[in-house]
Amino acid sequence: MHFNEMSDEAGVREVYAHYGTWFDAQDYDHLHRKSAEAEAFFRRTGITFNVYGQADAEERLIPFDLVPRILSAKEWNKLARGVDQRVRAINAFLHDIYNRQEILRAGIIPKHLIAENEAFIPQMMDFTPPGSIYTHIVGTDIVRTGPDDFFVLEDNARTPSGVSYMLENRETMLQMFPELFSRIKIQRVSDYPKNLRASLEGCAPPACTGKPCVAVLTPGIHNSAYYEHSFLADQMGVELVEGHDLRVIDGRIAMRTTRGYKAIDVLYRRVDDDFLDPLTFNPDSMLGVPGIMDIYRAGGITIANAPGTGVADDKAIYSYMPEIVKFYTGERPLLRNVETFRCSEPDSLAYVLDNLADLVVKEVHGSGGYGMLVGPAASKQELEDFAAKLRAKPHGYIAQPTLSLSTVPIFTDAGLAPRHVDLRPFALVSPGDISIAPGGLTRVALTEGSLVVNSSQGGGTKDTWVLAEE
Amino acid sequence: MLGKTAGGLFWMFRGLERAENTARLIEAGFRIALTRSSDPEGEWQSVIVTAAQQAGYDAKYDHYASTPVVDYLLRDMDNPSSVRATIKTARDNARLTRTALTTEVWAAVNEAWLVLNDRLAHPVPETELPDVLDIIRRQSALVRGALYGTMLRNDIFDFCRLGTFVERADSTARIIDVKYHTLLPSPSFVGSRMDNVQWEMVLRSVSAHRSFRWAEDGDYNAINIANFLILDRRMPRSLSYCVHEIVSNLEYLASQYDQDTPSLEMARKMQATLKDRDIQSIFDEGLHEFLLHAIRSTAELGGQIETDYRFNA
Repeated sequence: MHFNEMSDEAGVREVYAHYGTWFDAQDYDHLHRKSAEAEAFFRRTGITFNVYGQADAEERLIPFDLVPRILSAKEWNKLARGVDQRVRAINAFLHDIYNRQEILRAGIIPKHLIAENEAFIPQMMDFTPPGSIYTHIVGTDIVRTGPDDFFVLEDNARTPSGVSYMLENRETMLQMFPELFSRIKIQRVSDYPKNLRASLEGCAPPACTGKPCVAVLTPGIHNSAYYEHSFLADQMGVELVEGHDLRVIDGRIAMRTTRGYKAIDVLYRRVDDDFLDPLTFNPDSMLGVPGIMDIYRAGGITIANAPGTGVADDKAIYSYMPEIVKFYTGERPLLRNVETFRCSEPDSLAYVLDNLADLVVKEVHGSGGYGMLVGPAASKQELEDFAAKLRAKPHGYIAQPTLSLSTVPIFTDAGLAPRHVDLRPFALVSPGDISIAPGGLTRVALTEGSLVVNSSQGGGTKDTWVLAEE
Repeated sequence: MLGKTAGGLFWMFRGLERAENTARLIEAGFRIALTRSSDPEGEWQSVIVTAAQQAGYDAKYDHYASTPVVDYLLRDMDNPSSVRATIKTARDNARLTRTALTTEVWAAVNEAWLVLNDRLAHPVPETELPDVLDIIRRQSALVRGALYGTMLRNDIFDFCRLGTFVERADSTARIIDVKYHTLLPSPSFVGSRMDNVQWEMVLRSVSAHRSFRWAEDGDYNAINIANFLILDRRMPRSLSYCVHEIVSNLEYLASQYDQDTPSLEMARKMQATLKDRDIQSIFDEGLHEFLLHAIRSTAELGGQIETDYRFNA
């Protein structure tokens, strides 16, 4: 039986007590109307995403469910401490990997995992970004299996997305159910854009004189997360730029304004490493800025997140995270990893092939729920096809047991129905400070029994509440 | 502000203005073809010519009639100036310049697109045309209301207004030019009443059949109509009004940015050709030549604004 975060055998759990009372007093027709209103609001505000691989490139809404996911302050504090610790370890790990590589010398991580890692960027060697911060923004994916059992599923250290939904979901709930917020005290998330700007400004490069100029770099309006890029730029009050707005002038990256070129100090880029600098990486890229890597290394600009952070969040490195945390913080990991089988290891591969129907298999470099196998949900043919892929390229995959993920009810035509959820809190790293917005993005699998919460695969979202301290 | 953003705002408002002007042209054509004309085919052709869409239209159709003309101008995505296409372009530009718009303006443009894209997805039967044209007018008004009611009066606002008035100046000059022959006073026409259908078409195309009555006390003659549409500064679609607005927005920009631009120089020259001008002298110079010059100057001015404010490079 899956852990239901709202109610167990004993009835409604304490964190949901006030909400449950309120919900019981609601009329379903009224809630359905509210639900339709929320959808109209999202549509009107243009909170949409584009789906890759769809011919007509239509804009879609991420379904929003009106039942909040609620965490107590105590549960949250524990999670936040764990995320904080993990984020510190990831930054220390990245600094080490791109400098002395102590962790490799100590034999804790096999050298080939770095040397052969596609996300490793040699141009980052022997260079320390301002404040020694590599991942300014981290989105840690967390799942839950019981009242006190939280696991980290993934550390998104490259360009994690979804924070705009965290903010818009709260905004939508405030509009739909203001009475709930006067009745239940919930920790605020609305400071996130302000904190993001402050945290980016805190990492200004040596060349910056005066108030740092921050800009958001987007691949453009056809990118699936364009809405989020424009939302964040708008909320921070900074410019949203594309590669063709930028050029190198006097050793700085400058944007073309109506009054001439203006130097940018901190670039919050939502463009992947590969496309960042055609001179250094993919020469065909039209999305980045030729020469930005040289200027970065010379202290002319700060790039957030730093190039090459992907070595810290692929699924092979993930399996070493408990050791990484211990190595750099000297502390016991506060958050657990999911048991992970590295298919590159022959024993593990044999085990995975024998137990494929019970496992979840993921690509080491995959994301967004693409290219993964959910064993228990797969047909015999799908299992056989995947086994062939595994044998052909074992180092490209890891496998994990299927967890009994917690559920939170969603509001359906038939009333409340439990669905699986995960949680992505967002951590902001600036020199001497890590700030984590209380809550984060709860993603929910809308299909009964499904474990796939990715929006690209039909998942939805919920507002995430962290109750105020008592 | 980014040059790209300034360009996006400029083109967004040119697009919205064009959609509205096209809708107004269709409305005038529809009304006149239905109720007044002995030559509906000629009226529909003149609608296409006024919209500057003859080449594209002729490539697709071999005759002029209500159904194909309305369809081409209203919803044909092959026609970049159709209402549906211009609203889409305006909305794309709004997405591009999202950080420069208030939530209200963005939501109004987005809604205009959602509503019209849906309404124009299928051919519009004649019975529904008035309703659809009304929706276009209403959605445009909502965007304009949001712009005036919520936007800071800074450079962002100036670029929006420049787009509106460059587009409108061009449109008004074209409308007069297509009908200029009917406005030309020939000796036998002097003092005589003009062809009622023609003046009504012109005035309706700029939503001015009522205000003309107020302004000129219903004295429908060529001189009065030309004066009203070209020189009357009270009339929000007259050439003179548009150029005045362009100059003042460029002046705001020049003072905000503390730099005079070639485009301001050009706009002031255009303004000088209209200021204290007597309509009779324009007729003497040649109305057609005057209008052609105005259309060309407007296009050049648009190009110069793009250059001065670095829309593209």
